[in-house]
Amino acid sequence: MAYKIVASDCTACGACEAECPSNAINFKKGTYVIDPTKCTECEGSFDSQQCAAVCPADCCVPA
Amino acid sequence: MSNVISLDGIMGLGQLKAPVETPAAASGCSSSSCGSSDGPADMSPEVWEKVKNHPCYSEEAHHYFARMHVAVAPACNIQCNYCNRKYDCSNESRPGVVSEKLTPEQAITKILAVAQEIPQLSVIGIAGPGDSLAAGGKHTRKTFQYLQEKAPDLKLCLSTNGLALPDHVDFIKDFNIDHVTITINMVDPEVGQHIYPWIFYKNKRWTGLDAAKILHERQMEGLEALTSAKILVKVNSVMIPGINDEHLKDVNKAVKSRGAFLHNIMPLISDPAHGTYFGLNGQRGPTAQELKALQDECEGGAKLMRHCRQCRADAVGLLGEDRGDEFTIDKIEAMNLDGYDDSKRREYREHVELERAQRHAAKEAARADVVETLGAEVAPILVAVATKGGERINEHFGHAREFQVYEVGPKGAKFVGHRRVEEYCQGGDGDEDALENVIAAIADCAAVFVAKIGGCPKKSLTDAGIDPVDSFAFEYIEESALTYFKDYAERLAQGSVTSRAGMDAVIRPREPLARSA
Repeated sequence: MAYKIVASDCTACGACEAECPSNAINFKKGTYVIDPTKCTECEGSFDSQQCAAVCPADCCVPA
Repeated sequence: MSNVISLDGIMGLGQLKAPVETPAAASGCSSSSCGSSDGPADMSPEVWEKVKNHPCYSEEAHHYFARMHVAVAPACNIQCNYCNRKYDCSNESRPGVVSEKLTPEQAITKILAVAQEIPQLSVIGIAGPGDSLAAGGKHTRKTFQYLQEKAPDLKLCLSTNGLALPDHVDFIKDFNIDHVTITINMVDPEVGQHIYPWIFYKNKRWTGLDAAKILHERQMEGLEALTSAKILVKVNSVMIPGINDEHLKDVNKAVKSRGAFLHNIMPLISDPAHGTYFGLNGQRGPTAQELKALQDECEGGAKLMRHCRQCRADAVGLLGEDRGDEFTIDKIEAMNLDGYDDSKRREYREHVELERAQRHAAKEAARADVVETLGAEVAPILVAVATKGGERINEHFGHAREFQVYEVGPKGAKFVGHRRVEEYCQGGDGDEDALENVIAAIADCAAVFVAKIGGCPKKSLTDAGIDPVDSFAFEYIEESALTYFKDYAERLAQGSVTSRAGMDAVIRPREPLARSA
């Protein structure tokens, strides 16, 4: 149960990192990545996946 | 450094310290500022003090002062149909686009480097490339905090879509950010739903009418909070024909009643190659006369700004130029930046202060002369001007990347806009296609004022009914335009020239800049 970032579409704007309630998103080698061991798909925190909701490139998707 | 803007180039013929020729005494007006479109006469002393050196807030200041945008805020919290931040080509110039994203630490290094090299620098802005206050505004806050410690003489400003603005009003007050720009394209969610597909607010993506309604309410709340705190607010609006063009008159009234200082109506930049929703769906931008007609109609509302160049989120220099390429992180690291010295900037500001007072008197004298000769009822004309800044006609026709357009008549010479063009002359040869585009871009103008022009383009312009004028080379724009107008109106009355009233012109996106390798 985790989300991932499609690196080829990521604009590296960092909007997702600021919203993630689990601190699962980090900047690595020119793109943002989601740590699948930390990602909870926002269950228990929010109704929708915050990274996917804020991403301007719609590149945060179920892994 | 060899790449400093030459002050001689900016000032025209004058030297930095040379006093400007004293103008003829103003007749019928003893004030040095009376009648000036953007001088201290129509604003309170506190406001004038805030805007006089800010190129984006004062039309007059934009001839003299430079701004710098630092791209520390890539994240955004809304989607606009005219924006696609995925696309970043280094040859492109429009808002939302940037080549190099900076950390707050890198931004400070870059600002200090530019401040040393460009004494005209007066303003540091954060305009994106996303929204300066999205994602908690973390980078924006940090950058301004550092900057206030290191270079307190530079003015700070920021641009935002307004969604997060109410949460940041205290920060804006605390950091003495006395200029804020809010992009407001609608005051009715019915209109807004066609501009904003979604927003991210309170941990949720909102779409349609709900999204536009929340955004509208937040924008108005932020605008009111800022103006009641005496912070100057400029409102930017993108004119989208068929969607909000008529509606922008209501926007103008709404923002004026809430205390906005300036309203800047900009044309939509739309091209399929930009990959924006509007670009891909064939939404067109307005023509020059459509834009001007709307601006004229809003003139009685909030003070209107017409000199906006819709610059990139990492632009550096005077409006209309972009020297961002000279200050990439690699190049800054190679510069020697020992010690921080603001003496050049101080000297430059003192010089402008002196020149400015004399200019206000000279403009008024020229205007009074026109009224005396022609009366107050003659219809105004438009003229295009090739200039490098300093309010002078000091650019070669073939080297101009834009023409400034002035409306000249008994009310004076007023800057009403600018027209982007490709350089006609590249590497010594004139390009015929480029010349046609230049003519299309200034087709509503009676004349074009240049420092110099070649024989071929001179003939083509004359054939197209636009008078190429090089007799005012290196003179001040407004006085020259009024002198020309006096003569023109007399010739028009005799029937020796034909009026160009009713002509329209084409608004073009900025063409690729010549980038030095």
